[in-house]
Amino acid sequence: MAISRRTFLKASVAGGVVVSALGFDLKPAYAAVRQLKIRNAREYKTVCPYCAVGCGTIAYVHGSGGLNTTKTIIHVEGDPDNPINGGTLCPKGASQMGLAISPRLRKSPMYRGAGASEWREVDWDFAMDWFARKFKASRDATFVEQDSQGRTVNRCNGIAWVGSATVANEDAYLITKTMRAMGLTYIDHQARI
Amino acid sequence: MPDTLAIKRISATPSALIPLESLRSGGPVYSKLVDISKCIGCKGCEVACKEWNDLKVEQTANFGSMQSHKDLSSNTWLLMRFNEVEVGDDLQWLIKKDACLHCEEPGCLFACPAPGAIVQYQNGIVDFNQDQCIGCQNCVSGCPFDIPRFDKSTKTVAKCNMCIDRVEVGLEPACVKTCPTNAIQWGIKEDMLALAEKKVETMKRRGYEHAALYNPGGVGGTHMMYVVPHGDRLEDYSLPAHPVASPAPLHGLSVLRRVGSYLLGFGVVSALAHFLAVGPESPEDEAWEPKP
Repeated sequence: MAISRRTFLKASVAGGVVVSALGFDLKPAYAAVRQLKIRNAREYKTVCPYCAVGCGTIAYVHGSGGLNTTKTIIHVEGDPDNPINGGTLCPKGASQMGLAISPRLRKSPMYRGAGASEWREVDWDFAMDWFARKFKASRDATFVEQDSQGRTVNRCNGIAWVGSATVANEDAYLITKTMRAMGLTYIDHQARI
Repeated sequence: MPDTLAIKRISATPSALIPLESLRSGGPVYSKLVDISKCIGCKGCEVACKEWNDLKVEQTANFGSMQSHKDLSSNTWLLMRFNEVEVGDDLQWLIKKDACLHCEEPGCLFACPAPGAIVQYQNGIVDFNQDQCIGCQNCVSGCPFDIPRFDKSTKTVAKCNMCIDRVEVGLEPACVKTCPTNAIQWGIKEDMLALAEKKVETMKRRGYEHAALYNPGGVGGTHMMYVVPHGDRLEDYSLPAHPVASPAPLHGLSVLRRVGSYLLGFGVVSALAHFLAVGPESPEDEAWEPKP
């Protein structure tokens, strides 16, 4: 088909009109700023579980808390209203969200028997049984009823108990009570080491 | 568009083409102030940066330094560089918070040929827009501080955006908020300059006679400023002593656009004049004959 000059010009003009009518815009596109990711999250004030400083934190949570939903943490940062840390957090505290949602978190005890080269997952019953057996054996072997001067002491020198900074007051009370009942004297706490 | 995101400059775009409503001035001009003498090297800021910006974790290996990563990357926007330097008889850590300094005269923006890929806001933040990035890496060579990093998988460049999503709603950047020793401070630039002056004075009184504020004039000042105890040894902090960025390419582009539009206008006008003076061309005028 031959195109005459007149037809070509007509087509060009018509094309131009159509393109501008469709809103072909030469204005530059602006940078799209990411929306604040915590904008619709619920805030839960809580305390960092790691060390004895006890920094205040805010956990940002998605999920309405309705009967058929589960909530999930999306972000954790320092609580600016807390007098202890004023919103600041150390690197461990700043990454504490991982303690709740990391896929690499262990949810059952790991056991590596004598001579074995690999760790394997075991259930809690096995772990508690194993622990109780070992605890009793050590206690029986190292229990001291009287010291060198004949005074009654009833203590267990062969076991030390290291608590945790992540335990609450009540847990710490229970740990201390139980271990004292067993005769332990070496009771310490991770945050002091 | 809220005032906190009023635009100052857009890459490869003459200011005449930026709509007026987005160029509104006003609103606070922010700055970070990093007091290196207060930094204990805990790297909390690195973690907070990764966490807030959802940046991918990178495997690190010990290479004989307390530094976590060897270099910045498109997924590591903030890196504490642990420069081990002998000062007098002492071996000291001259730590540098290596991240975008958000220059007033940003070399990356001036070098960028993609309209809208780099935007400078009135509040001082220079942000990359990966949607408009063409992956040419001109910004990497244009940056006097060697900050932007190319991502081979997305073919775009990334760097610290000063948590612009937080700043927009009135929050401080994540690294500022988390710093446990107040080494990183945040506020309007005037306040930070006044604070820096006090800090430098205190340091000088305590015997650091070369203590100085790092706010280089070659790039028009920065929106992350440092107070360094050893101001005479900037190179040891891996801070360039005289960084320079020039808006010449952007001005050049603006001139080129103007010349181009004049030439186009001239062409149209001459064609019209020719049409009126000589009239339309008729087939009889044509001197050539088609070959058989």
